[in-house]
Amino acid sequence: MCPRPSSDGHSRPGHPGARVVVVGAGHAGVQVADTLRARGHTGPITIVGDEPVLPYQRPPLSKEHLTPADAAPVLPLRAERYFAEHRIDLRTGVTATALHREARTVELSDGGAVPYDALVLATGAVSRAFGVPGADLAGVHALRTLADADALRAALPGARSVLVVGAGFIGLEFAAAARRHAVRVTVLEAGERPLARAVSPETAAHLAAAHREAGTELRCGETVARFVGEHGRVHGALGTTGAEYPADLVLVGIGVEPRAELAARAGLDVADGIVVDERLRTRDPSVYAVGDCANHPNSHAGGRVRLESVQNAAGQARHVASVILGAERAYAELPWFWSHQGELTLQIAGLRLPGDDSVVLGDPATGRFSVCCLRQGRLVAVESVNRPADHMAARRLLAAGRVLSPGDLRDPAFSLKRLARALVPAP
Amino acid sequence: MPKVVFHHSGDAGTVVDADPGSNVMRAAVQNGVAGIVGECGGQAMCATCHVYVREPYLGALPPVSEDEEEMLDCTAAPRDDRRSRLGCQLTLGGDLEEVEVDVPEAQL
Repeated sequence: MCPRPSSDGHSRPGHPGARVVVVGAGHAGVQVADTLRARGHTGPITIVGDEPVLPYQRPPLSKEHLTPADAAPVLPLRAERYFAEHRIDLRTGVTATALHREARTVELSDGGAVPYDALVLATGAVSRAFGVPGADLAGVHALRTLADADALRAALPGARSVLVVGAGFIGLEFAAAARRHAVRVTVLEAGERPLARAVSPETAAHLAAAHREAGTELRCGETVARFVGEHGRVHGALGTTGAEYPADLVLVGIGVEPRAELAARAGLDVADGIVVDERLRTRDPSVYAVGDCANHPNSHAGGRVRLESVQNAAGQARHVASVILGAERAYAELPWFWSHQGELTLQIAGLRLPGDDSVVLGDPATGRFSVCCLRQGRLVAVESVNRPADHMAARRLLAAGRVLSPGDLRDPAFSLKRLARALVPAP
Repeated sequence: MPKVVFHHSGDAGTVVDADPGSNVMRAAVQNGVAGIVGECGGQAMCATCHVYVREPYLGALPPVSEDEEEMLDCTAAPRDDRRSRLGCQLTLGGDLEEVEVDVPEAQL
């Protein structure tokens, strides 16, 4: 039932009958296909995903999916029949093994090949490997995929001592979920504070205190030197300070590496991800990259950045779909992010960079506050802890480009929400 | 088994069966109901599962949390002060064995 490609077999992007291939079946990959169809694209769309399951929602994997009460299966991104109904050829359990840019085909692990007029790389990222002795013992886990989460979900009820390596978002979300299984939880962080690259010192200090108060032993300035085990299974770790930690379940959460090998082997530029321009296009005008794997110029960061978030995946996916359909706009969506950690909800609007100044709204001692991050005297990001009103207001104000100075923020009567309400019209 | 009826543009409705403990957003996504996105996976963070609950069911709904309250201020389709809810916050079963909702024209 698919319309045929144009007679020369090479419809240009911008043509609604162009053949689009998407490599990667995560949030970004599925959203590209969805937006193309929603905006009237009639050409063939193929999604190639290497996991052997229907594309699924990733955020819950490190959160409620791991808590004792949660029995629900992980939620798919779309129902199975959605793909057929929208004439999206979803190929799961298949890896894209090579990209032939001259011939405009993607070679697949099942021996097949798919031709494209526009190719979107939405390959995502993989958990960074931890190269210390013993990291291959059973009981040492990563957390990125549904298979990872299911393995942890099966292991948690029988665990006694959980050791988390790395106090990033994954490590801290996992620590909070693991605590609900009544196990002892220790988190080691090599840096001097948790989330050092991601949040302000004020927010980091609050999160660290909250995790400690909830019973997690959080030790900064230390990581694992080696894991120890017997019969192939971990039973502890030796820290870099010489301390010993018993552990029958370990989560390594030391960040991710973008999956850029396919692009690199095809001669595309790769530097902390697949390098794209402001329209999310690589050096090859038929090849795009979006989501966790895309190193892109971002006006909110004041330079190139690679972002790992649902917002970025979905936002860039929608944008690239419009570019494929002929739009020539730069991607400029405001980044936002959230993390649930036990009783804490952290929400971030905008992008904070190391060195940005902070102005705190509210009293952190109450457990509800926001940190306004300023760069050169202008508000660029707001981190909110259990203050959802500030977060939503900040999203609207920052997206609207409203300029706010430290003086504005320090006014005792200042309210992000009141200011956002004064924006007309509301988005 | 809990039941959700989704109406689009005032049509006769699509009936979907759901597991107890599931919610209106999950029921929609799992069954491919158009117009409900659920981009954040049901965490009350994205407002893309906005629905208008029909009058007879308003009394059986769980209270609106602070997170949901703020998200409802930022929905793509206009908020209805009485009927607007996030589908991911409407847990099915118990008092809410059955519910009928109207799906808004836009979620983004």
